[in-house]
Parts: sequence; C-alpha cells; structure tokens
Amino acid sequence: MTIRFSFGGDEHIFGEVSESMSLEAFFTSLSMTNAIRAAGIRGVTEICPANASFQVKFDPDLIRPGDLLKELQGMEAAAAQSEASIQTRIIEIPVFYQDPWTHETLMRFRERHQDPSKTDLEYAAEVNGLGTVENFIKAHSSQPWFVSMVGFVAGLPFLYQMVERERQLQVPKYLRPRTDTPRLTVGHGGCFSCIYSVRGAGGYQMFGITPMPIYDPTQQVAYLRDEMCLFRPGDIVKWKPIGRDAYDAALEAVEANRFEPVIRPATFSLSEFNKDMAGTNAKLMEALNGR
Amino acid sequence: MAVKVIHPGLSTTVQDLGRPGYYHLGIPLSGGMDRFALRVANMLVGNDEGAAVLEAVFMGPELEFTAPATVAVTGGDLPPKLNGDERPGWEAFPVKAGDRLSFGFLKSGARVFIAVSGGIDVPVKLGSRSTYTLGALGGHEGRALKAGDELPVGMGGPGKGSVPGALRRMPGNPAELRMLPGLYWHRITAESGRRFFADTWKVAPEADRIGYRFRGGTALDFVPREQPFGAGSNPSNIVDACYPYGSIQVPGGTEPIVLHRDAVSGGGYMMLGCVISADMDLIGQLQPHAAARFVEVTMEQALAARHDRQAALQRVRDHLGR
Repeated sequence: MTIRFSFGGDEHIFGEVSESMSLEAFFTSLSMTNAIRAAGIRGVTEICPANASFQVKFDPDLIRPGDLLKELQGMEAAAAQSEASIQTRIIEIPVFYQDPWTHETLMRFRERHQDPSKTDLEYAAEVNGLGTVENFIKAHSSQPWFVSMVGFVAGLPFLYQMVERERQLQVPKYLRPRTDTPRLTVGHGGCFSCIYSVRGAGGYQMFGITPMPIYDPTQQVAYLRDEMCLFRPGDIVKWKPIGRDAYDAALEAVEANRFEPVIRPATFSLSEFNKDMAGTNAKLMEALNGR
Repeated sequence: MAVKVIHPGLSTTVQDLGRPGYYHLGIPLSGGMDRFALRVANMLVGNDEGAAVLEAVFMGPELEFTAPATVAVTGGDLPPKLNGDERPGWEAFPVKAGDRLSFGFLKSGARVFIAVSGGIDVPVKLGSRSTYTLGALGGHEGRALKAGDELPVGMGGPGKGSVPGALRRMPGNPAELRMLPGLYWHRITAESGRRFFADTWKVAPEADRIGYRFRGGTALDFVPREQPFGAGSNPSNIVDACYPYGSIQVPGGTEPIVLHRDAVSGGGYMMLGCVISADMDLIGQLQPHAAARFVEVTMEQALAARHDRQAALQRVRDHLGR
C-alpha cells in the first residue's frame, strides 16, 4: 500500500492508506501515527488515526509543510513493514437491542429512512439477507469488533467487524440524517458500528442502547475519572445482548457509580487473525471471560 | 469580581484560543470563531491575548458587573450600550459595580467578543476555558450561558485605547474565502471544479460553531468510480476519515460545509480541500444569506496570507503600545 498524501490547507497533512476499509489499512494508519508520535516532531499539534487514513495537524510557523511531508514519507516504509501486533484491551459492552428509546426516536424519523414500513433492525436484517431481527442481532453480537477510529464527536468509537469481508454486516446510512439520537445508542452505517457518546444528530441505523457511559466531561464516573473518553483506537469490543431487567439493573449501578465495565488485557496479531479468524476470536473470548 | 448574566442573548459562550491536542478523541479545538477579534478584545482590556472572553452570536447578552473593571467589545458591528448609552466597539471603557452592558441590533458581521479585564475565570478543562457545547465540556458548565448565571472574573490590570477601522479585519461582500484544493478534490471533474470557484454561494441558515453550510452554487459532478468497500453508496461518500479544520465537505455533492472551531472530527463525506488558516476568522463573521466565493490559492499563497494576518495583528499590538 502506498500512502496518498495531501495537504489540508496550510495546517494539516492527510494520509490515505487505502480507499477501501480493511484491517491492514487500519494497522498501517495506526503504525504511522504511532511512529509520528514517537518522532516528537516540533510543530506537530494533533495526530489522528482513522479507519484507513490519518491526519496530522501542524503549525507552519514552526515547520515548513514540505519538510513535514518529507519526514512523514520517510516513515512510510518502516510503518508498512512493522509487525501488526498490539497489546490492547477487550471491553464488553452490554446492549439492550430493540429498546423503547431508540424505537421511539426511529419512529419520529421514518420519513428520512429507506423503508419507512420497517424498523432499522428489520431493514438491516433484510438487506443483509438474514431473515429475522433475531438472526441479525446474533450476527451483530457473536463476534468481536475492532475500534478503528475515535471521533466525529467526543469519545465516539467507530467499530469494524472481525469477520471475513463476505460476512460483514453492511447497512446504508439514513437517506437524510436525523436531528436527534439518544445518548449511548448503538448504531451502524456502511460497514461500521458506533456508540453515540452524546445525544445529537446522526445518520446511522439505530439497533439498541447501552447503559454504560463512554464519555464523561465531568469525570465523575468511576472508570472515566482519569480519561474522559473510554475508547482508544485498537481496543476490541464484544457486544453482550441484555434484556430490560439487566439494562435497568446496570443503569442503577451506573447511577450509584458502582458499575464496573468488564475490561481485560488482550494481544492481537493481524497475521494470526488472517490465518485463523475463528481461533483468534475464540482466544479473545477466553481473555474476556477468564476461560 | 463577577459578571452576572441578566439575559443570555441567542448563544453566548466562554471562549479562549482553544484546546489543541484532543482531536484524536473527537474533542475539537473550540475557541473563538474570530480569533483576531478575540485577541484584540483582550489587548484592549490589558489581558493576555488568550484570556477567556464571551463570544456572542447575532444578538448580544445583557450583563451586570459586580465590581469595577475595564471592558471592550470587538468583532462584528453589534453596538454595545453601557446603562443604555451606546459605546463604540473596538474601544476600552471602564465599568463600575452595578453597571449593565447590553447591545443594540447587529449591523454587520456575526459575532462579538466581550473581554473583561482579568478574563473570565471558569475552570480550565483539558488546558482551555473554551466551551464545547456538543460535548458539554469547558466554559460555564459546558453550555451556552443562561439568565442567572454568574461568571467569576480574574484579577485584572488597567486597559485602554481603541483600534481604528483600518486596523480591523472583516469579510467583504461577497466574502472571498481562499482555499487550497486537495484531499478528495480528484473525485470531481475539472469542469465541476471550475464551476465551484466561479459560483457565488450564500451562507445557509445551518451555520454555527461546528460548521458553515453554503448553498446556491452548482451541484458537483463526480468522476465515476465503483465505490470502495466500507465507503457507502453515494459518490460523495468515503471510508470515514478525519476532517481537518476548514475542510469543505459536500454531502451528496450539493451544499458545501466548511467545518469550524467545534468541528466534528471525522466522517464519511469527501472534502474538496480546506479554507486557509488566514481566512477562518472571516467565516466566523458571516451571517446567514451572506454571499461568499471560494478562491483557489497555492500553499505558498496560503503561507503568505498567514504571515499577512500575523503582521496585521502585530500592527494592532504596535498601535496599542503592547
């Protein structure tokens, strides 16, 4: 893969690893941004990895755009060859699929949807040829997902499915974005799922809701005291379907500030994953569930 | 010393020069939409140029001061009034305890910056006092001001002086926004690119701190391609990527949106390039329905414009003897 570089005005360099999404492209983008961070280049102010690209913001008063570009290009070969293996975390996210709150919201915006006669989950099940909502939820929650980008708004993770491309769930975004999405909605657009960290506009299909805060600007939530944002690129997520009772219990724990998310250390190697996806995912589940 | 909010205006927020370093988590820079005016307001009241001020858009707030201070209002032409008497903008004036600052109707521009000697002393969050309302972060309780709010003000020194019109910077009509083509510019045809620069656009009602939408120009013509995996089916879609400040995205190929200080940090729409850093302040002073054109520049021209802008700020410092 050759990175396509382009200047974004006089303060940004944009690097596109690949036009299409793949874990290979993500890992190259992650190793490039890690290398740029490690290089400590004077004048660089923001280093942002994305799904299959990355962006660097710089102060052109401190480094000439052309000089920075040459430095980044010089790192490309090493980044492409670096071992795509990371020490990371696997995080379990409880999800109340078909919850009443996203349902109420999606009903308010039916005229912006491809198929106003169906719910977002019914539509997603149909366009993926899975027949029923239950089958779709199973496909969505049975295998882990990779956090390939954090952004859009504060702390929002983009998640990429750790399955063969043929098995990946794909659903178009709403025809026109909604002006409202409940906080902590689990959504999906294109090949990415996401968790809406705050209430607001959104175009992704809405599948459910998690009781677990992932962004806390007041830093009151016990597990967000050190970092306002839970997610980092490279984290691995496993959705855990829950019903109303478990949702209510979790919410009560969150409100009493005694909710403890299940987060375990994990190792991920892209070459091993490509050799044996089922085996790699099974090992990740062992790491999550303590065997 | 404190500032009491009697009436909040349309949307008044605490802003400084911004919060760099967290964009990779989706937390944008925030900070003043016209940082030239913000810096000058601070200079006039004797503050550090990056002290926190109030940014008001389209409609001014009504404020009461609890102790003597120096105040200055810069930016658009939204006439300040002290106890009902009009005061010039871009000029320092003293206030006493119990004095009320209010505003007349907006004559030109879009935003004013209200500096108080000592600076608005809300808590620093991630290195800045700026308000990022979408993320409920910074400023006063992470939100726009409400009636009844009371804002602490730091200890200030003396301030004085005024800045004549020739030293200020406001957009023309139409506003000329210089932009460096790039990013996904290659996705549109040469003819479409030519029309993009030739058209006069108008600011749409959807114009805020996140971004400014423009309409009235010709829809884009895309170079045909099979959409890459993960990008989505519309020709304006890309695999979700980072959005630079000033980047011009065109959802559906119809209405360009220029992202500003509270930018969403990424998403799935192609971008034509970026408005250059020197012209971002001008966008912050555009009202809905204002006319604007995009003007193509090279990197060399963008850097020269940046230096011109820095020199303009230096002229204000020299004029005020700072």
